[in-house]
Amino acid sequence: MSLSMATPAFLIERNLDRCIHCQVCVRQCANEAHGYDHEEQRVYSDDMRCVNCHRCVVLCPTRALSVRQFPLEFRANANWTAEVIHNIYLQAATGGILLTGMGNDRPYPIYWDHMLINASQVTNPSIDPLREPMELKTFLGRKPEKIVIENGRLKEALPPQLELELPVMFSAMSFGSISLNAMKSLALAAEAEGTYYNTGEGGLHKDLYPLGHRTIVQVASGRFGVHPDYLAAGAAIEIKIGQGAKPGIGGHLPGEKVGREVSETRMIPEGTDALSPAPHHDIYSIEDLRQLIYSLKEATNYSKPVSVKIAAVHNVAAIASGIARAGADIIAIDGYRGGTGATPLRTRDHVGIPIEFALAAVDSRLRDEGIRNQVSLVVAGSIRHSADIVKAVALGADAVYIGSAALIALGCHMCQKCYTGKCNWGIATQDPNLTKRLNPEIGAKRAANLLKAWKHEIKEMLGGMGINALESLRGNRLMLRGIGLTDRELNILGIKAAGE
Amino acid sequence: MYVIIGNSAAAVGAVEAIRRVDDRGPITLIAAEPYHTYSRPLISYYLAGKVTEEQMAYRPRDFYIQNGVKTLLGRKAEAVDTRARRVVLADGEGVAYQKLLIATGGRPFVPPVQGLDKAGVFTFTTMDDVKAMAKEATPGARAVVIGAGLIGLKAAEALIRKGLQVTVVELANRVLSAILDQEGAAIVQAHLEKQGICFLLNNTVTQVTGEERIKGVLLQDGQELACDLLVVAIGVVPNTAVATGTGIRVNRGILVDDTLCTSEADIYAAGDVSEGYDMVHGTWRVLPLLPNAYRQGEVAGLNMAGQVAKFAGGFAMNAIGLFGLPILTAGLAWPEGEGYRVLVRADEERQNYRKVVLKDDRVVGFILINQVDRAGILTSLIAAKTDVCGFEEGLLEPGFGYVHIPVELRHQRLLQGVGTGW
Amino acid sequence: MRVTAREEYCAGCRLCEVYCAVSHSPYPADPVKAFRKSPHPPISRVLVEEQRPVSFALQCRHCTEAICVKACITGAMYRDPVTGAVRNQEERCVGCWTCILVCPFGAIRRDEQGKKVAAKCDLCAGAVEPACVKHCPNGALVVEGKGGGLKCM
Repeated sequence: MSLSMATPAFLIERNLDRCIHCQVCVRQCANEAHGYDHEEQRVYSDDMRCVNCHRCVVLCPTRALSVRQFPLEFRANANWTAEVIHNIYLQAATGGILLTGMGNDRPYPIYWDHMLINASQVTNPSIDPLREPMELKTFLGRKPEKIVIENGRLKEALPPQLELELPVMFSAMSFGSISLNAMKSLALAAEAEGTYYNTGEGGLHKDLYPLGHRTIVQVASGRFGVHPDYLAAGAAIEIKIGQGAKPGIGGHLPGEKVGREVSETRMIPEGTDALSPAPHHDIYSIEDLRQLIYSLKEATNYSKPVSVKIAAVHNVAAIASGIARAGADIIAIDGYRGGTGATPLRTRDHVGIPIEFALAAVDSRLRDEGIRNQVSLVVAGSIRHSADIVKAVALGADAVYIGSAALIALGCHMCQKCYTGKCNWGIATQDPNLTKRLNPEIGAKRAANLLKAWKHEIKEMLGGMGINALESLRGNRLMLRGIGLTDRELNILGIKAAGE
Repeated sequence: MYVIIGNSAAAVGAVEAIRRVDDRGPITLIAAEPYHTYSRPLISYYLAGKVTEEQMAYRPRDFYIQNGVKTLLGRKAEAVDTRARRVVLADGEGVAYQKLLIATGGRPFVPPVQGLDKAGVFTFTTMDDVKAMAKEATPGARAVVIGAGLIGLKAAEALIRKGLQVTVVELANRVLSAILDQEGAAIVQAHLEKQGICFLLNNTVTQVTGEERIKGVLLQDGQELACDLLVVAIGVVPNTAVATGTGIRVNRGILVDDTLCTSEADIYAAGDVSEGYDMVHGTWRVLPLLPNAYRQGEVAGLNMAGQVAKFAGGFAMNAIGLFGLPILTAGLAWPEGEGYRVLVRADEERQNYRKVVLKDDRVVGFILINQVDRAGILTSLIAAKTDVCGFEEGLLEPGFGYVHIPVELRHQRLLQGVGTGW
Repeated sequence: MRVTAREEYCAGCRLCEVYCAVSHSPYPADPVKAFRKSPHPPISRVLVEEQRPVSFALQCRHCTEAICVKACITGAMYRDPVTGAVRNQEERCVGCWTCILVCPFGAIRRDEQGKKVAAKCDLCAGAVEPACVKHCPNGALVVEGKGGGLKCM
């Protein structure tokens, strides 16, 4: 035993004038940051264990609790910050990789916040969405080069499409990384609002088969839970190559999270680690990818669109071009702020590129090559609100995926401790004591409400621009202006500066 | 024309049941005591000054008026003329009936001991008993209680609270011998001794001394105890007098079938006067318990009013508190014979005692002392004859509850009801 | 009418107990005062049973043929003819615990803080929604049925 250098990250403040020692905080903290002293008949806190998830704060019946940064400071140093020092202490003690959850939290520029949306004034009328119809319907999938109409009907059937009532879907989050109740919440919300959720690489739990028509089933490098019924159940199939929170590396679901249900769903033995290899070992080239895409299309009789999901990395435009040419119907691109249940801290924070640039570059490249119609573009990686969506669509996206925002709607408080399996909100955990804290009826309602609210806001902004169909905004970069951006950045984004 | 003889739990149960079915048929209620219906178990509380006479009412003062019941209180029913279908009162008046309920309860058993007619000797079952005793139970007086049963100990507790010196003489080798085993009785006895009660076990009173008034008692072992007050609390026997000379069959109590009908058509009997079916023993016997009396009265009332109802049976169950120590028991608590399994958890220091008796994987009885919470779940397991295989470890937990019961059975009980047929 | 637990969503936080106690205290709108103005915490009439990971709240089932009413030695326990709620007139209750001996749900608690009385759910008489249901953070308690309760025995 040697001296631990660890100090608390957070300070639990208990207002003793209000605390009634009811122990709700004690019962609700899976990290055991609160305890009850039977001798003294009072509750106490252990700051060291607090992850600042706010579960206790929100449930405290007397509002007696608050949590803030632990006030301990090092000598001021802009270079050697407290966080850097603490992480060195931790690694010096453990010799291990630093793990974290959710997305990149570094203060990199947020380009969404450097783009402003246009509105109509005088020369063209704005539209009131409460008075006039406004179309957000979105179809994802390959669009034909041309259509031939005979006797008022399409001569040839369109390739398979996903039909969305709004351009938002729930990102891939696996059963294993999140609880079944979280999955059910998203699936039910997708059903209610006419969109889709995504299984991630965790397979499709038997309870969710009835909502297969709202499900994008993923095929990832571990091929967990992939079988003919699974492919048949989904509305679309997504090949996952990479994700924004950990580009270039595989996944690892620890054995303790592989309980009976996860084991059955993933088709792996109970208690074994679920290791997703970094690459697909049958995909070392665009040609290999094409083989998998067409294998999946064959397996499903060409009835479902096939998506390929990649992390936004340096050559994303060229890669996307290859994916389109390999036969994908949808390309999903996950920016460097994309979230996850567990990832190495340094990978999360230092690998990949912003989704805004990746989207602009890919859309431009596909247009330049004349193949933009062959694929739909779905972007992900920290879509925070409806304005981000409007900007994404104007930059060229067909739709967006939301992950973190959806989980926040379910109660996530962004403590970034998903990887510990002790999510006090019942989301990123398989602990039966914790998963039951998320009632999927309530979760579904909240997630659906978020979509509803955003739908209203998108319509408001569209109307403001004088646009009555989202289709008219797609790739319409004239509706955006940059602020505080360099010429180079404006160039890549393909937008003018504010005032131009 | 409904006629009810008696004015306690069985009688009230019958009135409430009749009125559920028949809201206008005339009901006449005859009772020897002149009081509005009162709770007999409360007499010890009255003696201790914890309740007033007013608070002893078992139902609100206007209960009989509200229910359209004509009451003949203070009028003793002397006999039943089954041929003429009338009840004959002590004053000679006759009350005609179409349906009759005998709910005359029990009377104290008084042993053939010399001198029990002296002043200062009391029984302890009625309002008059307790009123008389209250007058003489003055602080500092010496009281002897014969019988360490429920009534005797409640009397002793009340007398101690009134500042008397109390000695309890009990023929059995332990207190509450009808409901407790040795170990349980030891905990209760120690608790009562701490409160100042003296116990003389394996002993009894053979003679009462004194002239007009009691001066003392002679005991079986030759001891002599001086006392100012003697309480005879050996037990109660069915008060079947009114059935004498009729064709109504009487064993210890009046015999009834599962509709509470006696051997005579249209005559029912319920409560402490009757022999009800004991579902644990599997025999008909007198079960002198208030809850039982109410339920029997209710079933009798329903049948009297023309609705078919059956009494599925009862079993012994008692709740008693003595100086703050609660004791809850039910069923067979110290079985004799083969086939029983006994689970026990005892902590004498903390006065905790928990004993559960099983037969064929069914709970047939229990004793809980001190930690008595949620005892009713155990009671319901007895009544429902539930197979406890798979959760019997939980039975001894002080916090035994539905969480210990397998999920299907738990949901069935919590969502659909317990289904004991009670 | 009765309150039913959906145990699959019970988070075991026991806020139902806290708010039940508060709403039956002299300060039904103020949890801080409800707990602090008395030397003992107020008694909750709902009980959360827990054996991890299972937990659920349990309160009076308000049986139509309530054995506690039949067994009550004082007549304190009664079934409200209008609401159907089984209630205890605490001023008439002497704390003999016969109701505890017979309640098949173990839903009656001993309150020994003042005069001994049996404490039980009264469905927060008069309230639109019982406090336990209103304050359950996860929809694990629901009010069921306007008519009768269970047949308990």
